[in-house]
Amino acid sequence: MSPLLQVRNLVKHFERGGGLLGGAKQIVRAVNDVSFDVGRGQSLGLVGESGCGKSTVARTLLRLVEPDEGSILFDGIELRSAKSAQMRKLRQRIQIVFQDPFASLNPKLTVRQTLSEPLRVHKLGASREIDARIGRILDEVGLPLAALDRYPHEFSGGQRQRIGIARALVLDPELIVADEPVSALDVSVQAQILQLLERLKRERNLSFVFVSHDLGVVRHFCDEVCVMYLGRIVERGKTADVLDSPLHPYSKVLRDCSPVPDPAARITLSRITDEIPAPTNLPPGCTYHPRCASAQADCREKVPALDEVFTGRRAACFHPLMKV
Amino acid sequence: MATATPSLELRDLSTEFRVGGTWHAAVRGMSLSVARNETLAIVGESGSGKSVTALSILRLMSGSSARHGGGQILLEGEDLTRLSERRMAAVRGNKIAMIFQEPMTSLNPTMVIGDQIAEAIRLHRKLGWREARKIALEVLEEVKIPAAAQRFNDYPHQFSGGMRQRVMIAMALACRPKVLLADEPTTALDVTIQAQILTLLNDLKQAYGMSVVFITHNLGVVAQIADRVAVMYGGEIVELADVDTLFAHPTHPYTEALLRAMPRVDTDTDSLRPIPGSVPAITAMPKGCAFAARCPLRASICEAKHPVLAPLPDGQHQVRCFMRAPQSGEQA
Repeated sequence: MSPLLQVRNLVKHFERGGGLLGGAKQIVRAVNDVSFDVGRGQSLGLVGESGCGKSTVARTLLRLVEPDEGSILFDGIELRSAKSAQMRKLRQRIQIVFQDPFASLNPKLTVRQTLSEPLRVHKLGASREIDARIGRILDEVGLPLAALDRYPHEFSGGQRQRIGIARALVLDPELIVADEPVSALDVSVQAQILQLLERLKRERNLSFVFVSHDLGVVRHFCDEVCVMYLGRIVERGKTADVLDSPLHPYSKVLRDCSPVPDPAARITLSRITDEIPAPTNLPPGCTYHPRCASAQADCREKVPALDEVFTGRRAACFHPLMKV
Repeated sequence: MATATPSLELRDLSTEFRVGGTWHAAVRGMSLSVARNETLAIVGESGSGKSVTALSILRLMSGSSARHGGGQILLEGEDLTRLSERRMAAVRGNKIAMIFQEPMTSLNPTMVIGDQIAEAIRLHRKLGWREARKIALEVLEEVKIPAAAQRFNDYPHQFSGGMRQRVMIAMALACRPKVLLADEPTTALDVTIQAQILTLLNDLKQAYGMSVVFITHNLGVVAQIADRVAVMYGGEIVELADVDTLFAHPTHPYTEALLRAMPRVDTDTDSLRPIPGSVPAITAMPKGCAFAARCPLRASICEAKHPVLAPLPDGQHQVRCFMRAPQSGEQA
């Protein structure tokens, strides 16, 4: 069976400046040649630092951002060429959960209105059926029925995120794009929401594209992970494999810099590594080479492809940290 | 580790907020001390009172809706709560400095960073602009801003997030404070930049023999930087221990629960165990233990009586729990 989602050679550029006051026009290469698959019931993590393009990739999957090149096949249908009527149908099957549950819920709508709106838009059932359905969904995400006629400001951050998840579930989607869904929450609440997402994934056989900067959360939730750097995927593989034995030097740095609750495992920085270069002015060759400890001459000349290093493990690096 | 007189000591400090006409304590009877060359981490979730504690130390929490609710703040033995506002202003940014989570909102966007630092120096030292700028450049170099002399005349928006936080640290350190209060200084930063800033703070602490109070919600960051740790819940310390002891033998049920709820990057966790419920509001603080409603070890005494922060038999480790720490005079 072919995977639910197939993304091939996705490219997105943004233009910056060029206006009367904006200074010289610059091109921000946000996403460069990104390809991945997500199977049914699988979760794929996109990780990387700010500006690596992970959120842009997530948004192109719903065409909230229109990609410039490449293809996005959802259940065999090309999203980029879908007409608006077809796209509306597809949007029932792909839903998004945002990071900030304070900003992503309409403060003027009650929970009932928020949850029934998608059903009305898609003309799914009469009022009574809609009521029954949102009641079931509310129960599924662990909120009481009494929540229905209340407004978002009456809820805590964790409860609001449950409402955001309920809104995504109400159309019975097959794929959920989650953009940092637990980053704004405290640890104890974060664990509650992760547990909820896991249960939904299992019970509904949902697929996830899960964007996060927190490798601990990704390790816990995602079957596979793509490590992104400056718009490119630099490593892809099973999450535990990538984190336990990273192949790309950047994956290793990212893992080593993620603090763990163990004073015996303190990070020792061998040197002050530089910061990420601006995406308007990418370095030639491998974009990571200026920060890379194992960079060699070829890294400055050619862009490494995301090739299979050994079975099931891909890294875009001429000198991966492990070889067969 | 601890020397005779701590640089900073809080004794039974309380800070209250006015909510709907009545005063409620957001920080309740907080006592702790930080020695020279020591980093004390205060860890807790939103609403635990950790930031309010830091703001109270600098008396930035007063006004019509917040007040000092009692207790002492001793800086090298001198009680700050007794100082006039004018003398307090001479302490802020001078003997005690603070850095915040979001450096962009803490820097003046219309002033080049070198002059901002020089201005802070001139506020506390009788120096001309020329000398103040010279010191400003020195501290910018100390916080390892590349090409500091060229960047001296740049505006905050021309810096990246990590570099802005370095500028903030430079400004905080310009007057050689005895105590640095750091309120979630790396929370808005990427992990690689966070690691750099934590390393920098640790190096500077040792170079100056400063005391650092490091406020964070992230137990991973605590393990990275702290010498001692205070875990806060519901406006009070529930566990206090040195960093190795805390992570090796977490004893308060809340500390245990926090560690079990945190997904780790280095090991597979089959199932996270969330903490049911949420933090009590300061207007609805229970009479007994603040954590009782969410605690798996809850007994009737926990809801009836308020536990004290009691030392464990092994010495330095203190825990506020009827079930885990013997409460003198009440239990065997």
